[in-house]
Order: sequence, then C-alpha cells, then structure tokens
Amino acid sequence: MKRFWSANNFTLTALSMIMAVVIGAVLIIISDSTVLAKFAYFTARPSDAVSASWLLVSTAYADLLKGAIGDPAVFSAWFSGEATWQQAFAPISETLTYAAPLVFTGLSVALAFRGGLFNIGAQGQAVLGCIAAGIAGFTFGLPIVLNLIVAVVAGVLGGALWGFIPGLLKARTGAHEVITTIMLNYTAGLFLAWLVIQQGIQAPGRSDAISKAVAESAQLPSPGGVLRVHLGIVLAVLTTAGVAWLLNKSAFGFEIRAVGANPHAAKTAGISVAKTYVLLMAVAGGLAGFGGATQVLGTAHALTPSVAGNIGFDGLLVALLGRNRPWGTLFAALLFGALRAGGNRMQSFSGISLELVTVLQALIVLFIAAPALVKAIFRLRASRATGLGASLAKG
Amino acid sequence: MQRKEGVLRPVRGKRIVAILAAGGLTLAAAACGEAPEESGSTGSSTAAAAAYKACMVTDLGGIDDKSFNASAWAGLQAAKTEAPNVDPKYVASSSEADYEPGLRGFVSQGCNFILAVGGLMGDVTTKVAKDSPKSQFGIVDSSSGNTNVYPMQFATHQAAFLAGYLAAGYSKSGKVATYGGMKIPPVTIFMDGFADGVAQYNKAKGKDVKVLGWDKAAQNGSFADSFIDQSKGKSIADTLVGQGADVIMPVAGGTGLGTAQVAKDSNGKLAVIWVDQDGCTSAAQYCDVFLSTVVKNIEDAVKQAVVKGAKGEALAASPGYLGTLENDGVSLAEFHDFDSKVDPALKAELDKLKADIIAGTVKVESANAPK
Repeated sequence: MKRFWSANNFTLTALSMIMAVVIGAVLIIISDSTVLAKFAYFTARPSDAVSASWLLVSTAYADLLKGAIGDPAVFSAWFSGEATWQQAFAPISETLTYAAPLVFTGLSVALAFRGGLFNIGAQGQAVLGCIAAGIAGFTFGLPIVLNLIVAVVAGVLGGALWGFIPGLLKARTGAHEVITTIMLNYTAGLFLAWLVIQQGIQAPGRSDAISKAVAESAQLPSPGGVLRVHLGIVLAVLTTAGVAWLLNKSAFGFEIRAVGANPHAAKTAGISVAKTYVLLMAVAGGLAGFGGATQVLGTAHALTPSVAGNIGFDGLLVALLGRNRPWGTLFAALLFGALRAGGNRMQSFSGISLELVTVLQALIVLFIAAPALVKAIFRLRASRATGLGASLAKG
Repeated sequence: MQRKEGVLRPVRGKRIVAILAAGGLTLAAAACGEAPEESGSTGSSTAAAAAYKACMVTDLGGIDDKSFNASAWAGLQAAKTEAPNVDPKYVASSSEADYEPGLRGFVSQGCNFILAVGGLMGDVTTKVAKDSPKSQFGIVDSSSGNTNVYPMQFATHQAAFLAGYLAAGYSKSGKVATYGGMKIPPVTIFMDGFADGVAQYNKAKGKDVKVLGWDKAAQNGSFADSFIDQSKGKSIADTLVGQGADVIMPVAGGTGLGTAQVAKDSNGKLAVIWVDQDGCTSAAQYCDVFLSTVVKNIEDAVKQAVVKGAKGEALAASPGYLGTLENDGVSLAEFHDFDSKVDPALKAELDKLKADIIAGTVKVESANAPK
C-alpha cells in the first residue's frame, strides 16, 4: 500500500483524472444557473443546493460513463428483447470509433518524441493521409480488399511524405522541426480546403465543399447502423504492437532511442543522426497518415475541409498522456475516445456543453504534465522507480 | 524541483488555509438569501407527464449564431409557450463528424421530434432517419425522401428580390454587393434573388446599378467559407467597399457581424442588409447600420411544426412546409433606423412588387430554390 501511494505513473495518472473530474464538477455546477441560484440561500437551507448539485453532477458523469461504456437500462432492455444488441453496444462502438484515429496520431507523436523530435505536424500529416486515402478510395475502382489496401497504403504514403519533408529539412539544414511541422499543418489544411472544391474531386451535383464518396469496397468494414465502429481499431491495436516491436526490439528502434537520448553520443557511436531523423519523421508521418486514412475510410467516407477534425493535435495530448510509450498511447487514446463518446451523450442528455469534455481532457493532461503539482496536493512520496520529470521535461 | 517543494510546503499550507478562509467568508456573505417556499416544485411534474421532447442538433454555427440556428432554437422555445408539454433541448456540433452522433443520441433518448438545422445535414439526416423509422425528424433547408422527415424550406429568393430592389434604390454609388458564408443552395438562393431584384430595378428605372460579389448567370461569387469568422466578414466587406459598394448583404451567419462592424465604423456610408432573423432583434448593437433584413421565418416554421406534433397531429413529409412571401414564411423586415432615409416612393414600389410576386405577375426564379 505504501508503495502504491507513491509517485508512480499509475497513481499519478489516476489522481490527475480525479482532480480533473473534481474541477469539472465545480464547472458543471457553476455553469448551471438554476443550481447556482440555490446557492444564494445556502445558509438558510443548504440541503437544496447540495442535493441539486449532487443530482446535476452525478447525472452528468453517469451520462458520461453510459455514453462511453454502455447504459445498463439498454442492456436490460436487450435481455428482455426490447432493444437490439446493436443498441446495447453502440456506446462502446462510439468510444472505439473516436479512439481509432487518435491511436495512430498519438503513436506518431510518441515515436518521434522517443527519437528526440517534437512532431507538432501530426495534424498536417493526418490531413495528407485523409487526402491521399480519400482520392485513392474514389478514383481507382479496384476490386474489393485490394481497393481498401491501396487506399490505406496511399494514406500512409501521403502522411509519410508530409513527415519526410521536415525530417529532411532538419537533417540537411538544421531547420527546427517544431517550426516546419507547424507551417506544414497550415499548408495541408488549406490545400485540402482548396482541393475539395476542384472539378473531379468535388461531389457532382454539390456546390458545397465536399468530395465524392469513397467507394464501398475501399471503406473499412463496419457492422453498420448504429454501430459505427470499424476495422480501424483492430488495425490500431496491431500497429501499436508493431511500433512497440520497432522501438524496443529492432535495430532502427535502438538507433531512435540512442539518438533521442543523446545525439552526440549516438554520432560518436557510429549512428547516422541525419539518416535517423529523416527516416523517423517519415515513419511518424506515415503513422499520422494512417490515422487520417482510418478517419476517411472508416467514418467520414468523403473529404470535407474539416474531415480530419482535431485528431493530430489530440494526438499530441494522447502521446503525452501515454508517456510516449506505444501501449500507454493506445490506452490514452481509448480514454480520449471514451471522453468524446461520453461527452456526446452528456451534452445530449444532460445538456452540458461538449466543451466541458475538452476542458476535462486538458485538465487531465495539465496535471500529468505537472507531476509536482499532483505530488504536492496529495503529498505523495517520490518514487525511485520512475523518471517522471525526465520523460516530460524535454517537451 | 523536488527540493523546492520541501521548502515551500509549510508556507503553502498556511496560504491555502488563508485562501479557503477568505473564499469561505465571501461565499457565506453571498449565501445569506432567503429560501423560497417549498411548494413551488410540484406544478411542473404534471406538465412533464406527457412531455413532447423536441430535440435539435445545430450545425457548425452553434446555438447563438444570431441567425440560423438561433432562429430554430427560438422556434422551439416559442412552441413551449403555445404547447406547454414541449420540452426543448439541443446539442451543438463542433464538426461535421458530430452530426450523426448528435442525431443518434436523440433517437436513443426517445425524442418525439428531432430537428436537424441546415442543408449540410441533409445526407446524414436521411441516413439516420432510414435507420430509425419510428422517430419523427424535421429538417430546415433541405428535403429528404424519407416519410419520417418533415422538411421546412423557404422561397427566400422572393424576399431577397425585394431586398435587391431596395438596395439598388437606396444606393448612391450605383454599386451594391452581397457575399455568402458557403456556396450551398440555402445561401446562394438569397444571392440569386438579390441580383434579380437589382436587375428588376435597372429595368424599371433604366439605371445601371452593379451587383458585386455574385454573378447569377455563372453562379459564382465571393464566399467567406465560414459562418462564424467575423474577421473574414470584415476583410470581405473592406474589399467590397473598396470597389465602391455602399450596401452589402452578407448571407453568412455570424461572419456577417464583421461586415456590420465595418458599416458601423464607416459613419453611415455603408448600409447592411441582414438575413434570417431581423437584425435589430438578433444583433441589436448594430441596429443603426441595418437597412433592412431578409427574414426567413425559421422560428415560425419550427414553432408550427413542433406545436402540431405536440398536439398529436401528423407531420406529412410531403409537401412539408414551404415559406413564401404569401404565407409570411419569408419577408422583408421593417427599416427601423432607416425608415426616414428610404424614399416613400421606393417603399410604395416595394409594396407593389411584393403584391405582384404573390400574385405571380412578377416571376422570381432561382436554380437554388427548393423543389
């Protein structure tokens, strides 16, 4: 128990989430005028304010859980034959749907970070992945399976190109990857906005900014109906395993870690730092591009200017929360997916703004990025086993 | 880092106590109000018994875009005053990807009426409605083949025609302008009507008032590509003013507020024609620059549909609702501050034109009109 109550990663993450939830509860109460009005006569009859606050906060968080994992009422309706199994599993399907692209973009950021590069460009790389996968998806008209594979590969290559450019610039000219990737994010986003209204790309008969739909044979298979989950989440798990192997078992992974730990030492040891940077950024870009491809081929099925949403930037948070480890990133992405799916229900059922979910996500990451704060609040003992500060201080 | 903490700890402990104490005192001071009577809460439970849940999914503009979504939401709330069992709620969408979960969330909640606001949601509404045949949907500015989707559409070009005529008659520079938020039919229909209204004025008066920002024949013009970006609205307005326009009609939701700001800064040189909801109520701070508003009475259409639904009447998908000048579904609003500046003769001509359009003697056509 004593060991548990020390500043290890697990305890810190859990406590960060608790802190975020508590602050979120305060925000929920403050933003509800009817409940807040009850606090005006708190001294006269405190029970009113307390019970109203409790009711509000507990239903809100219950909805968050029900929307992310499942609603017991729907499950019992399913057992008694009043609802279908699809309805019962719809919440978990939403969670996985939102998580799938975040796994890829998170891995992209995490992998680059292990090599000492801060890849802010996951957004742009994901957008390029969307573009390449989308265009391949509605252009070639190949037979089933092959069409999907071609579209996914196109997406990965698109993202890899957008990662390769800053990698090359860094290796050849020393241009800082943070600057170049941020600039390439804008380029990618505006390129997409321009592209979708061009002839041959824009959906025929539409005057708004939307492309042709991806051919059915190039879409990631999904159960359909209320279940939006698709093959992307399976690919995400496999990719996580692949990245874990790459990082920990392969020669290239060793080079990445060596360069990340100390580029000068790595150079002295005979590792080509420039080559590692270029290759690493291309691989990271490819991962983000994969994420963009799952977004287009799995959920959106057509290109629009905001098709990539915020998956690249959320990927940064996911990687940070997952402490730049492949499996950690996977779980962090699942948590973010769950918050998003639950947030939709919280907004829909309890009328609490979706922005609160964004605030919750931000708070969790904030506390994790500032471990000293959580340690101080909960008076945790320092743990010898982990180098918390070390893994994040560089960011 | 760790060493510092150790030094800080004792001091910080006292500081927290101090902050809590101070906070507690202020709270206690604010919390001394009188408790209300206990009986107030029983009345609402009877009304809630047969609640008619009217649920709305906004488009990207959000609930307080002062235009499109705001009108629909006002309609739901207005319905509540007429049929007290109506229980309105909404979700806001932050990206296109939110439309489907938003609609499906309301289906699983058992909403009696699910309102999709905006033509951009047409496809996804059709898809969800197909999967949920038992739910009643409604959509503004789009139609759908499904029998459970009640379409509410507007012949906005009729009212925009009057606005074009008014703008041409009011303009001193001989140049009027319009621009859109996005190139979609519910937007370009305004611009078509506006351009035709100006053409009508030129024909009747033998003048040559130019329309900037929209070419009806080529169906091409200026777009902000946003319904929320005010700075974009400002820069487009600056460009149009630079080209000589002295009346601008932005068809771009909140983006148009940027244009209103430019008009305000111009000290009366630039007038703005607002759209959707009367500008003097929805964006009252700019009332003194609004020449008039092309009103699209989404509020009334939504209210009528919901009240009908709440009373248990069926909402027939065909023909649905079509707002025209005749049924006041679309109209040209009052002139408010500009009332004295608009020539009475022009006002009379507008009234005559309105009657002619209703009677069908003046035809207003647009490729973007709802069919």
